[in-house]
Amino acid sequence: MEHIRTPKVENVRLVDRISSKKAALGTLYLTATHVIFVENAPDTRKETWILHSQISTIEKQATTATGCPLLIRCKNFQLLQLIIPQERDCHDVYISLIRLARPVKYEELYCFSFNPKLDREEREQGWMLIDLSEEYKRMGLPNNYWQLSDVNRDYRVCDSYPTELYVPKTATAHIIVGSSKFRSRRRFPALSYYHKDNHVSICRSSQPLSGFSARCLEDEQMLQAIRKASPGSDFIYVVDTRPKLNAMANRAAGKGYENEDNYSNIKFQFIGIENIHVMRNSLQKMLEVCELKSPSMSDFLWGLENSGWLRHIKAIMDAGIFIAKAVSEEGASVLVHCSDGWDRTAQVCSVASLLLDPHYRTLKGFMVLIEKDWISFGHKFNHRYGNLDGDPKEISPVIDQFIECVWQLMEQFPCAFEFNERFLIHIQHHIYSCQFGNFLCNSQKERQELKIQERTYSLWAHLWKNRGDYLNPLFRDDPSQTQGTLHLPTTPCNFMYKFWSGMYNRFEKGLQPRQSVTDYLMAVKEETQQLEEELEALEERLEKIQKVQLNRTQVKSKQSEPSRHSVFSTSDNSTANTPQDYSGNMKSFPSRSPSQGDEDSALILTQDNLKSSDPDLSANSDQESGVEDLSCRSPSGGECVPSEDSGKDRDSDEAVFLTA
Amino acid sequence: MEFAELIKTPRVDNVVLHRPFYPAVEGTLCLTGHHLILSSRQDNTEELWLLHSNIDAIDKRFVGPLGTIIIKCKDFRIIQLDIPGMEECLNIASSIEALSTLDSITLMYPFFYRPMFEVIEDGWHSFLPEQEFELYSSATSEWRLSYVNKEFAVCPSYPPIVIVPKAIDDEALRKVATFRHGGRFPVLSYYHKKNGMVIMRSGQPLTGTNGRRCKEDEKLINATLRAGKRGYIIDTRPLNVAQQARAKGGGFEQEAHYPQWRRIHKSIERYHILQESLIKLVEACNDQTHNMDRWLSRLEASNWLTHIKEILTTACLAAQCLDREGASILIHGTEGTDSTLQVTSLAQIILEPRSRTIRGFEALIEREWLQAGHPFQQRCAQSAYCNSKQKWESPVFLLFLDSVWQILRQFPCSFEFNENLLIMLFEHAYASQFGTFLGNNESERCKLKLQQKTMSLWSWVNRPSELSKFTNPLFEANNLVIWPSVAPQSLQLWEGIFLRWNRSSKYLDEAYEEMVNIIEYNKELQAKVNILRRQLAELETEDGMQESP
Repeated sequence: MEHIRTPKVENVRLVDRISSKKAALGTLYLTATHVIFVENAPDTRKETWILHSQISTIEKQATTATGCPLLIRCKNFQLLQLIIPQERDCHDVYISLIRLARPVKYEELYCFSFNPKLDREEREQGWMLIDLSEEYKRMGLPNNYWQLSDVNRDYRVCDSYPTELYVPKTATAHIIVGSSKFRSRRRFPALSYYHKDNHVSICRSSQPLSGFSARCLEDEQMLQAIRKASPGSDFIYVVDTRPKLNAMANRAAGKGYENEDNYSNIKFQFIGIENIHVMRNSLQKMLEVCELKSPSMSDFLWGLENSGWLRHIKAIMDAGIFIAKAVSEEGASVLVHCSDGWDRTAQVCSVASLLLDPHYRTLKGFMVLIEKDWISFGHKFNHRYGNLDGDPKEISPVIDQFIECVWQLMEQFPCAFEFNERFLIHIQHHIYSCQFGNFLCNSQKERQELKIQERTYSLWAHLWKNRGDYLNPLFRDDPSQTQGTLHLPTTPCNFMYKFWSGMYNRFEKGLQPRQSVTDYLMAVKEETQQLEEELEALEERLEKIQKVQLNRTQVKSKQSEPSRHSVFSTSDNSTANTPQDYSGNMKSFPSRSPSQGDEDSALILTQDNLKSSDPDLSANSDQESGVEDLSCRSPSGGECVPSEDSGKDRDSDEAVFLTA
Repeated sequence: MEFAELIKTPRVDNVVLHRPFYPAVEGTLCLTGHHLILSSRQDNTEELWLLHSNIDAIDKRFVGPLGTIIIKCKDFRIIQLDIPGMEECLNIASSIEALSTLDSITLMYPFFYRPMFEVIEDGWHSFLPEQEFELYSSATSEWRLSYVNKEFAVCPSYPPIVIVPKAIDDEALRKVATFRHGGRFPVLSYYHKKNGMVIMRSGQPLTGTNGRRCKEDEKLINATLRAGKRGYIIDTRPLNVAQQARAKGGGFEQEAHYPQWRRIHKSIERYHILQESLIKLVEACNDQTHNMDRWLSRLEASNWLTHIKEILTTACLAAQCLDREGASILIHGTEGTDSTLQVTSLAQIILEPRSRTIRGFEALIEREWLQAGHPFQQRCAQSAYCNSKQKWESPVFLLFLDSVWQILRQFPCSFEFNENLLIMLFEHAYASQFGTFLGNNESERCKLKLQQKTMSLWSWVNRPSELSKFTNPLFEANNLVIWPSVAPQSLQLWEGIFLRWNRSSKYLDEAYEEMVNIIEYNKELQAKVNILRRQLAELETEDGMQESP
């Protein structure tokens, strides 16, 4: 709290991004965890909640006659423009936020104060929901060729690796340790995914320290052991996910890539995915395009093109596809690395796994995948997503790109995924929110030292509890899409990769489709389920009555009377109903039919209309948490969801038409 | 039959057909007066049944004795036929060329087509102007039907019956017609029941360089205004284009003479600019070799989505003036047969729930495109592959369909029809067995006696078996105005048209099927539950009656 120079500023205006004429007047609050803007309008008192950890940049713009503008850009792509009447207040808010958005100790992060009111047992169970040992078992490990190695016990060999690792049985501790000394940051080749259909593996590591000519017998033995662990194939692919030029440059620094001559039976392959700096700049450029005020079609397409973003997405996908094909079609094992083996390698291994194994396309399987290829293998969440104040050059949207790859696949295979777009968006949100402990730190070792599991909650349990919101109604158990490998066309179809406005413009609801097919179908499915139950009950009752009537013709029994009476009253109700009324009866279908009376509510099934259960984001979930910090302003606290009323959408459109 | 002279080789064996996403098929190729047919030897199935009029362009190639014909269709499909024997190949190619470019409309397939289905409702009589007018007449008495154009003498591109303000007599209409391009005097396009305001459309006023005016014209459009209220004139051309038009006798409404009207200029492109845009877009979609970056810049360079954005924006503006500002609107460009119709029809999609039903949408096409005199014959003569580059060829109607698709994508539950209906209309506008899209206006259709000699597309579409293909399972009647977003992020390439032949739609089709299943199952259960409830209720009433005495 000592960083908050001013906890409350009144008469602040929140500018509407699309129509700048419109601004909401309200009060700005700074709390230990959130920036909150509460509109004055008495009927709505709409609230906007921003977690400090979501703040990416804060920009103080030139003071105008109306006040001092403050632009807050968030990591979940929300953009807030505030106008604060007094320069001094603005400066105070600015200075406070600069500090609040950049905590220096893990303990300052939200997850350490976040309290969803679960008891200890529930919290522990939450952490046990996703279990990697179970996952390796599911893959069919250990087996004759692969074993669990304890070589990294207490992180003795590699401090950014997990302790539980699968390696070829023939790889002795000596070989592993030897190999690790020949690899950047000692990240030796270890198993990422085992394809039990044909006993082929995907392994991962960092680059070899080969320089111009160095070699390492143990490393060569290590790769041979991987090859021998899949007896069906006489070679393995070594995929270097970097552009060749980058890899060559690394040789001068004593690093580099495998020389095919030194390793027996490897096929070496470069797949040019750019480094984190290029990706950071690319996202930056794309977001600038998203921020443009009423851009022309050309501005947008040119900007998108120049950002290179979709080209990078395609490069990652191509690498994933290459590996999935090697595994499923050629039956060859693959060793993947980049430089350190924690960014591009994680992206590529997880995309390949997702293509190969339908399990990862389920809700739980997807959590496992992120746990496996990202969290356990030491993807540097803290550095990449800037949770703690650090080197801005370390920040890069590595996992964002992976999440987008999944979305691109969902667009092409609409029935193949158990989860929907919202699931991806919420995961992205929480990678930055620091509300849950899962993505803290840079490695498993650090998380253990920090006792994350004892002090914070797991996101996976939270998502699992609300899984109803994340289901894809079109998911089906059909061999062609759900089972087995997803087959993407071999010809490079560039038009398959599309701009994901649901993510990058997700706070501009006016730009999204106004009716959600997913929500509509989920509501239908929910209704179907209730109908099934009702049908069963009706059949039962019908049978009973028929029996009773049969009996009654013989004996008039008084026992049946009470039940018959109650039955009568309900059925009386139902006969009066037309089918339409009937669905209106069931309160739980949020909004299948439009609100007829209201002229302007052209939005029928927007997300806002549904009870938004999670971080849709900043408001709801944070509110449950905000209880302690914000008791001062609890009266209106509980019920406001930042719902975009249709009237606003309309107005914003009007602005667009008129300026255009 | 005259066609026989054009068919040099009616039949070739051992022809191999290549299509994207299908294995090559060998079979026998047959040419008939209107079709190119390939039936496979093995199971005697017809693998290909292509209307000559669907062929946009052909290329020939020879490798030794093997000839290859690449056929590029107006629906953007590209197929390849390998034909053994150079002579056969040349004969086939020249026959196709001749048959696909017949000069006379009366030689076209619709005049020969004999339907194999039972006609339940004759589509030629499905959408009569009188019936349309009845829909309005309950709400207003300010309008009337005029038969002034009965003989197509006042305006050759108008239908015989139009709706005009009641206060304006036919004599005045004749005068106004001389003041408007092509005789297209302002007529009613849409009546907004909610506030009694209207959309009218016309050709440009013929003010010329000396600022000619026409009192009757002013009176006509002023008749639609309420006292003290202003109206909007939306000119689909930029101001400078409208100004240049004066030199050729055209022009725009000057403030001095139309003080109660505010004029807004937009810039919707026309003619060859649109055709070139289409050619570039289809080229980009068919080119599979380029990398990601070039794809986006080629999409951009085609300008297709820019045109979509401009058209939609103008339609939204018109709808907004009408619904929000409560003002009447007059829309025109130059002739009033292209961009004008795009805007008036899209505005109705936005405003009028009925036009989002299948029947209502058909009525809209009939009223705002066919009867309104969009020159389909000229505009849809050629498609994206033809090199002829005639000024009058232009994908105006396709842009309209694409714009509807954009709104449909944003409001997937508000339309009774699905994308297939739009695709079907596109196909039939360019090549069809039905007479509906033949001719450039009602006058020409009358002379061709299409009603007597050809079948209407609507006769075929409006049968239950066909309708089911075009019905959107997600539809829930939505009586509201739907305001689409026109931001670039909200507009997308219409893959169902432009990538239709370049990607496999297997997984998307499966998803659609699944969606239908989910909804069908729900309906089935609902019906079952209702039956049981009724049964139960009956039993219990019986029961109660037995007991009551």
